[in-house]
Amino acid sequence: MAAGTLLTRRGTSPRRLPTIKTAIIAAAAYVIAIIFLLPYVEMLITALRPQRELLARNYLPHHFAWSNLTNMWGASFGITTSLRVSLEVAGGATVLVLLVAIPAAYYTARHQFRGRGLFLLVVLVTQILQPTALIVGIYKEFLNFHLIDTVWALIMVNAGFNMAFAVWILNAYFASIPVEIEEAAMVDGSSRVGTMFRVTFPLALPGVVTALIFTFIAAWNEFIAALTLTTSNNVTPLTVRLDSFIGQYTVDWQHLFGASVVATIPVLILFALIERRVVGGLTTGSIK
Amino acid sequence: MPEVAAAEEAAGEQHRRAASPPRPQRAGRARRTRRRLEPLAWLAPATILIAVVVIWPIVALVQTSMQNITPIGVTIGSAGARNFTKLFHDPNLPGILARTVLWVVAVVGITMLISLGLAQLFNQRFPGRRITRWALIAPWAASVMMTALIFRWMLQPDNGAINIFLHQLGIVHQFNSNESSWLGRPDSAMAWMIGVAVFVSLPFTTYTLLAGLQTIPGELFEAARVDGASRWRSYRSITLPLLRPAFVVAVVINVMNVFNSFPIIWEMTRGGPGYATNTTTVFMYNLKQSYIGEAAAMSVVNFGLIIVIVLIYLRVNNWNRQDAR
Repeated sequence: MAAGTLLTRRGTSPRRLPTIKTAIIAAAAYVIAIIFLLPYVEMLITALRPQRELLARNYLPHHFAWSNLTNMWGASFGITTSLRVSLEVAGGATVLVLLVAIPAAYYTARHQFRGRGLFLLVVLVTQILQPTALIVGIYKEFLNFHLIDTVWALIMVNAGFNMAFAVWILNAYFASIPVEIEEAAMVDGSSRVGTMFRVTFPLALPGVVTALIFTFIAAWNEFIAALTLTTSNNVTPLTVRLDSFIGQYTVDWQHLFGASVVATIPVLILFALIERRVVGGLTTGSIK
Repeated sequence: MPEVAAAEEAAGEQHRRAASPPRPQRAGRARRTRRRLEPLAWLAPATILIAVVVIWPIVALVQTSMQNITPIGVTIGSAGARNFTKLFHDPNLPGILARTVLWVVAVVGITMLISLGLAQLFNQRFPGRRITRWALIAPWAASVMMTALIFRWMLQPDNGAINIFLHQLGIVHQFNSNESSWLGRPDSAMAWMIGVAVFVSLPFTTYTLLAGLQTIPGELFEAARVDGASRWRSYRSITLPLLRPAFVVAVVINVMNVFNSFPIIWEMTRGGPGYATNTTTVFMYNLKQSYIGEAAAMSVVNFGLIIVIVLIYLRVNNWNRQDAR
């Protein structure tokens, strides 16, 4: 992993590019970056459009209605409730994923045993499966368990479908930590569990943080399971709440996008925290 | 974000090779039994979670596909294969299947092509590279359903930003017309939704290819240049072959994501007008509203297709060579 990050920072081209060429490349990259950001800029602009300018044919309204961002917190929109539900679902799923993934990843990284290959294979398969494919079955199951309209159902589904990623990335991190370090700690009188918490864990922390953040983001953005498994307003996460702003004939666009801005902020903060690893290390360390 | 995991796996392979060899077995039956049961304790939580959230729904899905369920959700006995017969005789199905193939092939194909270019571009050195790469992540960070909704808003026939822009370019002549109602006509709706699907697939794909590019040693290009190879020639003979593992992983993951994609079509057209923009995934969800049995049958068919993709994926990962030691 560390080697991957180093590689990225140094870049790969051994030659110095001529200045004019660099300028053209940079210009192209800036234009593309702007194109990628434009839809989200439009989201922000629309969130700030005053009601009478909502349908105006202009890129920018004549003035911004900052009040949109304050009055959307009214109880009738239910954004406060949904924000709480989304936090509970994403937080709960993240905790559950770490609880089940860390032991599995640690053990498979450190030991050879019968069934290891099979276990990792099943995990790999669940990673490529998505809730969408099984949604009818998921709905039937939670209906039978009387777990429709509960936060627990969403926590379990999100944890189940995101665990694979956590197991794999943690497995890679644990495997990269030399056994000798652990053995040395144990020779010095540390217990096995103590070694795991005091020695192995801190070393694998970057992996844990990455797994944690990716699970949180995936659960936060999840849509189809939440749409299927919740019907009542007080267990509706933000994504489903956004969907409910779309009526049959009218759409409450400003508040829809205002809530979207709110929903995107935590993700942006989290991505910023692991930016290095996303941009450089995360995928870089991988395909070799 | 399951996509990243795939990229990670390849890394895992390397690390796992370095993993410790099995420790020498010690004598003693009790010890051996403990040894055998030990993995269970560590793997049980993960296994239970998979059983509850993945395996059980698969069973429930197959069961449901053979039940007779009324639109209000009451099961009134077995339906045998009737749900499947009904599904296969649905006059909309052939069009939906053809559209699903078009959807997957077009989105993945265009995504891969553009990503190859983007990865090449963002692999160059230029000032501000880090910030521009940051911008590329935006569609990955935002929920797909939100991105779909923004595009739906920008395509509003009367005042959408894209229509305003196209009007300025002289492509759209009149607002609020058939011409500016992109999502109202099946063909143009499909085209725009394919565009949105490409847009949200680009970040992951570009990063995967970027990661692949960064593993190619610079000396190879140096050597090719010394030998007098043209840039295009060294791209074709060095970059493309060495990029293959990353490329193939990205293709398979994208195929899976795009096939299962629900929010884009759901938010932009709900599959309409009529069934004209349904893919099998959206059709399954539309059926679920009133014909759960038939929806389950559609799901089982989808699941069969997914299994095929999974098998290809496992092949790609060369699973056996890695771990059946």
